[in-house]
Amino acid sequence: MKYSVQIVGVGGQGVLLASMVLGSAAMKAGHTVMMSEVHGMAQRGGSVRSTVRFGDEVYSPLEATGAADLIMSFEPVETVRALPLGNKDSAVIMNLDPVLPGNVAAGFETYPEIEDLVKEVRKENSNVITIEATKIAIEAGKAVAANAVMIGAVAAVKGFPLDKEILKEVLLEKVPPKAKELNAKAFDMGYEAMSKQ
Amino acid sequence: MVDLLSDSKQELLLGNEAITRGLFEAGVKFASTYPGTPSSEVGNLLEELSEKAGMYFEFSSNEKTAMEVSVAAASSGVRSFVFMKHVGLNVAADPLMTLTYAGVRAGMLVMSADDPSAHSSQNEQDNRYYSTLALMPMVEPSNPQEAKDFIKEAYEISEKLGLPLLYRTTTRVNHARSVVTFGPLKTDTPLKGHFEKDDPHFVNIPAFAVQNRVRLLEKNKLALQLSEESPLNRIEGTGDIGIITSGVAYCYVKEFVSDVSILKLGFTNPLPEKKIADFVRGKRFVIVAEELEPFVEDQVLRIIAQNQLNVPVHGKRDGTLPREWEYSPDTMQKLKDLVKVKSPAVPMAKTQMQLPGRPPSICAGCPHRGMFAATKRAVGSTPVVYCSDIGCYTLGVQPPFRTADFIICMGGGAGAAGGFAQATDQKPIAFIGDSTFFHAGVPPLTSALFNHHNIVMVILDNRTTAMTGHQPNPGTGRHFGGINTDAVDIEGVVKGLGVKFVKTVDPYDVMDCVKVMKEAIDFDGVAVVISKCPCPLLLKKEKRLEKKVCVVNQDECISCFTCVRMIACPALIKKGEKVEVDPNQCIGCGMCRNVCPKKCIEVRE
Repeated sequence: MKYSVQIVGVGGQGVLLASMVLGSAAMKAGHTVMMSEVHGMAQRGGSVRSTVRFGDEVYSPLEATGAADLIMSFEPVETVRALPLGNKDSAVIMNLDPVLPGNVAAGFETYPEIEDLVKEVRKENSNVITIEATKIAIEAGKAVAANAVMIGAVAAVKGFPLDKEILKEVLLEKVPPKAKELNAKAFDMGYEAMSKQ
Repeated sequence: MVDLLSDSKQELLLGNEAITRGLFEAGVKFASTYPGTPSSEVGNLLEELSEKAGMYFEFSSNEKTAMEVSVAAASSGVRSFVFMKHVGLNVAADPLMTLTYAGVRAGMLVMSADDPSAHSSQNEQDNRYYSTLALMPMVEPSNPQEAKDFIKEAYEISEKLGLPLLYRTTTRVNHARSVVTFGPLKTDTPLKGHFEKDDPHFVNIPAFAVQNRVRLLEKNKLALQLSEESPLNRIEGTGDIGIITSGVAYCYVKEFVSDVSILKLGFTNPLPEKKIADFVRGKRFVIVAEELEPFVEDQVLRIIAQNQLNVPVHGKRDGTLPREWEYSPDTMQKLKDLVKVKSPAVPMAKTQMQLPGRPPSICAGCPHRGMFAATKRAVGSTPVVYCSDIGCYTLGVQPPFRTADFIICMGGGAGAAGGFAQATDQKPIAFIGDSTFFHAGVPPLTSALFNHHNIVMVILDNRTTAMTGHQPNPGTGRHFGGINTDAVDIEGVVKGLGVKFVKTVDPYDVMDCVKVMKEAIDFDGVAVVISKCPCPLLLKKEKRLEKKVCVVNQDECISCFTCVRMIACPALIKKGEKVEVDPNQCIGCGMCRNVCPKKCIEVRE
């Protein structure tokens, strides 16, 4: 078995934390793990990507183009940008809450309609599952828990090889004690939202 | 966070965390650096852990000084480690080239963290050539586990030879993360040594230097022998096709190419000549897979020629593999006509949709925004050259600021400014950060005074070394590892040099900065403006950021968009004919209010 996840989003959205949770859970499950992270300049509001690969005979920190088993995307435009990382059989989780790039905020460029972005993904991949992670996180208690919602959603992906309970346990180990309850709830709500689709 | 001093068995570690653990397992007692991606996390970790680990650590003012303090430690019998990004080694190249002549008495490693694909750099130079240039043995790990384990091996090699070693990593080693098995901590190395004077070694006057070179060449012969016998150079698999590889390229070969014999090189200077010749002999052909320059490949070609072996070599020289950018699993597809490569997936098509770009950009509330906006306003139509430098303010290159016309290296903008002043009729304005000022800004400023260059230097003092992850610098003082020092006063330094026009401004008061910048531009001679305001990201990290937010009074807003055009803060969102503030991004700095002609933006507590 070998499984690879490409996590994409915008600097500051928690891509690194999500990759740490997935990687640690894979380690806990006894897999070989290789990951690659973006640090430095790109973290200043730019597009960021993290790669998490685990299973047997895993040596490379990077994945081949098109070979992702799962694209976990924190942002709609970044999902579309990341399409070539996966193939038509890849699982795709697409958060629908946009983060406006500076040039869009300033009115120099326009942000596409979310609906069009979803259509664009569906054109290539029929497995895509959309989620309103921030909205769900607010329902769970606080917008910052969007990350936990996304991780909960991953646990519900068909064929995802890590156990839901391990993922949740690792997530709760990595958040501050007072945020445990919120994150647990957000995780479960993410899992539920995903299971329904 | 993982406790790197624990007796845990296995942890999921970033390459740089593994390297830090490796230092503790090797009993390193002295470390120094100037921060630079992809090596920076090691410094942040040592800032936190060195005291507990019983080690001395410092952020030096630049890489050259970092090299020199570590050399002194190793020359006195204390195991030392100096680390930096690849371009940092250029700054430290002066001591580097002679410290091999002198040699060391305790182990010393010089880590060069190279950055193929220039993820966070101005070039993608291959620092392996420094090892041959300085006649310095070199070790290259391929993944986080090796990054930790090879440290210990490298110190042993260093002490056997009495030479410092180049420890060469790349971004995909420093920033890879994998499960790393811990070894025991080494506690029997001394924290203090004694410098035994020995002029013929340590005083490199010509008469001694020429003798030292002879001894250095002898040491390199011994190093070659160690390389031949080293377990760091190993053969995996059998077959009549050979792949010689090093660094992270090994990982791609190992996982994506099959039915080949691999010579995996970890001790890459001197290369194990006999081992390579024996490996190549009888092969149908060999491939050399390494990132960037044909460093190993050219030597393999030479070794083949000297051994009169008739075996073709595929790599960069025949165009099989690229010389530019980092490798990845995709790169292995270039070998598919020669060897068995895992077949590629069919990727989803790249979208034809017009997507908005998302380059890294200056943060909301970043004081650099205020200074750039003020400078642009003050400059107006005056012909200027914006000389920028290495740091967050590099991002000023983007619209609407475009305050970076020339960037080459640390302190390079300040130096070039003097040249533009003499060679053109354009007024040079040099932006430089506080940390960069101490690193490489003082000599060009001195030179500008000495030669009466008509320049403006704007020191963007955000009270930290921001881009690399908020390390302290001389301008902040040191407050870790049981040592507390006063901040070096930038204004005092500049005045002490003799600069007549020195003004310190608050970049959040943009309109005041416009006035000061106008005076500075009109000044005949060297003018220095110090923009002093802490980085909001640092304040956030340290939980010192006051909770404030800007709110636009929509009734009074005349939709002139001065705020958006001048500050271009990502928290200001243009919605049709209105401007709104995104409260999630806004830090309430009030720069937008400062430039608003109607003052209809309110800063709320």
